[in-house]
Amino acid sequence: MSWLLTLPIIIPFAAAVAVFLLRGRGEWGRWLSVASCAALLLASLVLMAAVWQQGVVAGAMGGWPAPFGIVLVADLLSAVMVVITAITGLAVSIYALADIDEAKERQGYHALFQVLIAGVCGAFLTGDLFNLYVWFEVMLIASFGLLVLGGSKAQLDGGLRYVALNLVSTVLFLSAIGLLYGMTGTLNMADLHQAVGEVENKGLLTVVAVLFLVAFGIKAALFPLFFWLPASYHTPSVAVSAVFGGLLTKVGVYALIRMFTLVFTHDTAYTHGLLLVVAALTMVTGVLGAAAQNEFRKILSFHIVSQIGYMILGLAIYTQLALVGAVFYLVHHIIVKANLFLVSGVANRLTGSFELADIGGLYRSAPWLGVLFLIPALSLAGIPPLSGFWAKLLLVQATLEAEMYVLAAVALVVGVLTVFSMTKIWVEAFWKPHPAGNDPRLADIPRVERIRLLTPIAGLAILTVIIGVFPEPFVVFAERAAAQLLDPSAYVQAVMGGTP
Amino acid sequence: MEAVLALLIGVLVAASVYLMLDRNMLRFVFGLVLLSNAANLIIFTAGRLTPVAPPLIAPGQIAPDGVVANALPQALVLTAIVIGFGLLAFALALIFRAYQSLGTLDTDKMTDAEPGAATLGQKKKTEAEQTSA
Repeated sequence: MSWLLTLPIIIPFAAAVAVFLLRGRGEWGRWLSVASCAALLLASLVLMAAVWQQGVVAGAMGGWPAPFGIVLVADLLSAVMVVITAITGLAVSIYALADIDEAKERQGYHALFQVLIAGVCGAFLTGDLFNLYVWFEVMLIASFGLLVLGGSKAQLDGGLRYVALNLVSTVLFLSAIGLLYGMTGTLNMADLHQAVGEVENKGLLTVVAVLFLVAFGIKAALFPLFFWLPASYHTPSVAVSAVFGGLLTKVGVYALIRMFTLVFTHDTAYTHGLLLVVAALTMVTGVLGAAAQNEFRKILSFHIVSQIGYMILGLAIYTQLALVGAVFYLVHHIIVKANLFLVSGVANRLTGSFELADIGGLYRSAPWLGVLFLIPALSLAGIPPLSGFWAKLLLVQATLEAEMYVLAAVALVVGVLTVFSMTKIWVEAFWKPHPAGNDPRLADIPRVERIRLLTPIAGLAILTVIIGVFPEPFVVFAERAAAQLLDPSAYVQAVMGGTP
Repeated sequence: MEAVLALLIGVLVAASVYLMLDRNMLRFVFGLVLLSNAANLIIFTAGRLTPVAPPLIAPGQIAPDGVVANALPQALVLTAIVIGFGLLAFALALIFRAYQSLGTLDTDKMTDAEPGAATLGQKKKTEAEQTSA
């Protein structure tokens, strides 16, 4: 089975090399990038089917058995994250056909993009803590490149902030790994699950847990550590900010979920209690930050922060229902957020700016774009029957079940404020007439480019509607994924019991 | 030996935090270099320091004979050094480019990514033009 586990890493890496060699030879590189993402989607779906049927799949790389060698593991959460990575990658790579100009292609946009996807998939699939660090670095260096590609002043400014804070997070992560290794003598996550039980000094373990929380918290943009995100995500090309906004912070969330369900469960009253406070503050500050902004992508960036709060809330409550909500939210959010960034790009093309004060009139001139904006926007706010409604419903139910009424109230109020922000974008960009009297039409964009820009947006919007109208199979899936997280014995068995 | 290294790590971290609190990006990166070295030392020390034989396996055997030093932390540190070097090179190149293009390394003066920075400048300019006219 292990070849199935390696495919989501090998495909994008191979594509990255090929695309780099094909740079500057016309259309080949672009289409190879799309083909690679399509192949990745296929491979990840096969992997997910295998995990669904057989339970957790693990493979020891290089034939070294766990816990000595590096293992790749896919439980349902990992598998669905890889699938969603492939979907986002495919959508963005199609969008990039029209969005990325030739200068950026020559500088290696497609190769960096594929390396980024490989890094993200690797982070989702690895079962080794140090290997996770390595995948974080792969992802990070590719994202640095993508962020400053083009080299405008705003990009360099935002890029510096992004690079600086992410490097700090990396070093903290590395220190935490060193300390944890010193206490347990292992780096294999399944082995750590057993080894932390034998650590005598639980207080020290909690300190290391918090160090991990800070390191992943910077990656995931949690409450006091999120400032790099809204300072940088609105500066690069739209295709880049879509894949960043959709995927990158979610890798941090995934790492938090993995570590705080598999390894650090010895003192949930403290660690998960801390997460609870952080989650609530993240939700509130994110949405208030968004309310104060007047730039399309900046508003969306602050909403990423706010939505991360919801996912962490699910992890922090740490019950079956809450984890179901967190998994559901994670999947729903990636699709919706990437899509909103893509819409903002088309809006920018038509009206010439991301500043809400300088744009307008889109509803009159491009009503279909309005529809395509409203679907993810209302889903983000949690309006039924779209996907965000079910995600929020599950989480609010979980808070009520755990008798955390204040948190339920916070989650609902943040939902209302999300509607406020989305309405602001709607009124400013779509409803009011264009301040300069422009009458932008979708037909003004050349036909081929129009198809390339709108196909991924429509595809992701349809996916949002499907999840919203038929949530049943997705909830059942999330339930099984959450059950695996809550009781990691199957995970440990698959890794430590040798591969079948 | 552990105590000495622990103290050294403490000093390195303190110095790096001092440097990283500076507004100058270059000093920030110098702080980061120290911090990543401190992290490497943490891994090295956490892997237990033993003044015994190197982890070498005699020909024909599959496991080392007797007590040997732990080889894993060294492998980890080596990986971390390589990765850290790559990231540092990128960060320095980025800072150089930012200095060329923004004309400053003072983080307080870098406001190009702030929303409305460009339009605000334009507005002020047009207002000034109007008043002068």
